[in-house]
Amino acid sequence: MSLPQLKLDATEARIAALDLPTDGWAAPARADALARLRVMGLPGARDEYWKYTRPETLTAVEAPVAAVFAAEETPVFGTVDRLKIVFTDGVFDAEASDDLSLEGVEIARLADSADIHWAKDLYGALETAGQTPVMRPLATLNTAFASDGVLLRVTGKVSKPIALIYNHASEASDAILHHVVKVEQGGDVTLLESGPAAARFNNVLEVEVADGAGFHHVRAQGRDHQRRAATHIFARLGTESAFKTFTLTANGVLTRNEVVVELTGDDALCHVAGACMGDGEFHHDDTVFITHDAVNCESRQVFKKVLRNGAQGVFQGKILVKPGAQKTDGYQISQSLLLDGDSQFLAKPELEIYADDVACSHGSTSGAIDEDGLFYLRARGLPRGIAEDLLTIAFIAEAVMEIESQELQDEINARVEAWLERRRG
Amino acid sequence: MLEIKNLHVKLEEEDKQILKGVNLTVEAGKVHAIMGPNGSGKSTLSYVLSGKDGYEVTEGSATLGDVDLLDIEPEERAAAGLFLAFQYPVEIPGVGNMTFLRTAVNSQRKARGEEEMSSTEFLKVVREKAKSLKIDADMLKRPVNVGFSGGEKKRNEILQMAMLEPKMCILDETDSGLDVDAMKLVADGVNALRDEGRGFLVITHYQRLLDHIKPDVVHIMANGRIIKTGGPELALEVEHNGYADLMAEEA
Repeated sequence: MSLPQLKLDATEARIAALDLPTDGWAAPARADALARLRVMGLPGARDEYWKYTRPETLTAVEAPVAAVFAAEETPVFGTVDRLKIVFTDGVFDAEASDDLSLEGVEIARLADSADIHWAKDLYGALETAGQTPVMRPLATLNTAFASDGVLLRVTGKVSKPIALIYNHASEASDAILHHVVKVEQGGDVTLLESGPAAARFNNVLEVEVADGAGFHHVRAQGRDHQRRAATHIFARLGTESAFKTFTLTANGVLTRNEVVVELTGDDALCHVAGACMGDGEFHHDDTVFITHDAVNCESRQVFKKVLRNGAQGVFQGKILVKPGAQKTDGYQISQSLLLDGDSQFLAKPELEIYADDVACSHGSTSGAIDEDGLFYLRARGLPRGIAEDLLTIAFIAEAVMEIESQELQDEINARVEAWLERRRG
Repeated sequence: MLEIKNLHVKLEEEDKQILKGVNLTVEAGKVHAIMGPNGSGKSTLSYVLSGKDGYEVTEGSATLGDVDLLDIEPEERAAAGLFLAFQYPVEIPGVGNMTFLRTAVNSQRKARGEEEMSSTEFLKVVREKAKSLKIDADMLKRPVNVGFSGGEKKRNEILQMAMLEPKMCILDETDSGLDVDAMKLVADGVNALRDEGRGFLVITHYQRLLDHIKPDVVHIMANGRIIKTGGPELALEVEHNGYADLMAEEA
């Protein structure tokens, strides 16, 4: 099957503008990804999977300019004891980063030439596995061309979170980062990500969670209004493992966050959650695909969107239960709070089930602020604006509570409160 | 204190008159009770006074001291000293009870041009008042009304009342959904707040709440108007004979 000419041209133009690293241990995976990309082509507006989000600015040769945004407040997770790894416009900043050593984890960088044997088997492998049944070409492009990234091999319980901090310094920066995390049996780690990274950011995170291991991920996508991001998380979960990811997105003209998880071991747990807040020129897309391929696993998807002044939210979430994946407990909820008549929420929840002893539920709603709640708070003397903000926090709460650590929940709540307070002026 | 004159109210959405000329004066230091059958307009009266959307005042007035209640927003009415204990307190997930209480207290103080309560002072006061209502630290920490039993919700309403120290308290069927012990606890909370400077309007279906919160004046409301006013004995009469006789008298 050959690609339509337009798509072929767009794909080749993008490839031509990038340099393919040809040395190092990842070279074969990169070459393979490039070959795959040429076959599938970059996403176009006519692709079903991109029905609600226009991919053009994510695939264009040049990254659209995004003004650098100076936030005054303490950076998110600023008070959390963590190991910092800093990238500015996608380039590793050794000065700003901590020493890359921590007990229970080996930390390396993709851009280092050293041969990382364990990563060789994973780099691009989970991304490749995540291409069926739906193609995710931006992730494949990432595997081929990523300039850097962090490689974590977790062998024990890591005492503090590892924080990837993405600064944005130049207006036309175009960053492609690819991280690989391998959590070995009995290991447990928390990974934090924060910041806009670049005018345009393509980020891939591959995570393998072994039997009995745990992976926690909390991400705060920055407040830069004009930034764009396409991110993918690919995860494979072993027996009795736990995988939890939460993303808070505030502002950003275009964000598409894809999460692809495969539960391959029995009794595993997967929580994927997110909250976003958009005002005006804002388009946020959560696309999630969870495959149950083992017995007695639980998966939860909890997504909340607060939209106003024409902001747009998209949710495409799917639970696929394979034959034999009995006793699956799948839950999916996606809700939007539309603070005015101009905002829009498009949701496509899907269940595809091939096992007969499962409990799966899904729900999607969009609505205005709860009038009864609003009256209750105002009757206690809270001015309308404050009352609306409290109800907004209440709306988001179900997603934030998916974060296991109370300290990180507090960090996220503080972000939400600050954002609402600024909006109120 | 609270003065309602010839109050006529209809639903905004449909052309349905709910209140048809309510006249009522609650003096400071007094407890007035309103009893009446379902659909008589009791709850509507409490909502209209506190400023809920969906009602249109077509005639009449309601003032609290020298404040024209009907002219201002719900939060301004609250700051002016009006408090409604809800029949169905609303659950607010994700917002801690403490945070909510403190925001309410300080919003009202700010609106009145008073100094805000510091967190240490607030903590001290709230703990003391919570204790007398048997509200434990866990209930204070939990999200507002989320997972509270019926009794806990009503006690939480009374705690808010105690913290906000309003001039005029309206209790809308505070006894509904409460067992005898819970009702006693709530009534004790209310009685502790009875004060020379404070008026109460207790809305209820049943006389039994009035065994615990002794009213000075009892009004019977039917078909959007107050049809009879009397002393506590009027409540007992209703308890024995029902509303039918009184309504027949009126007709």
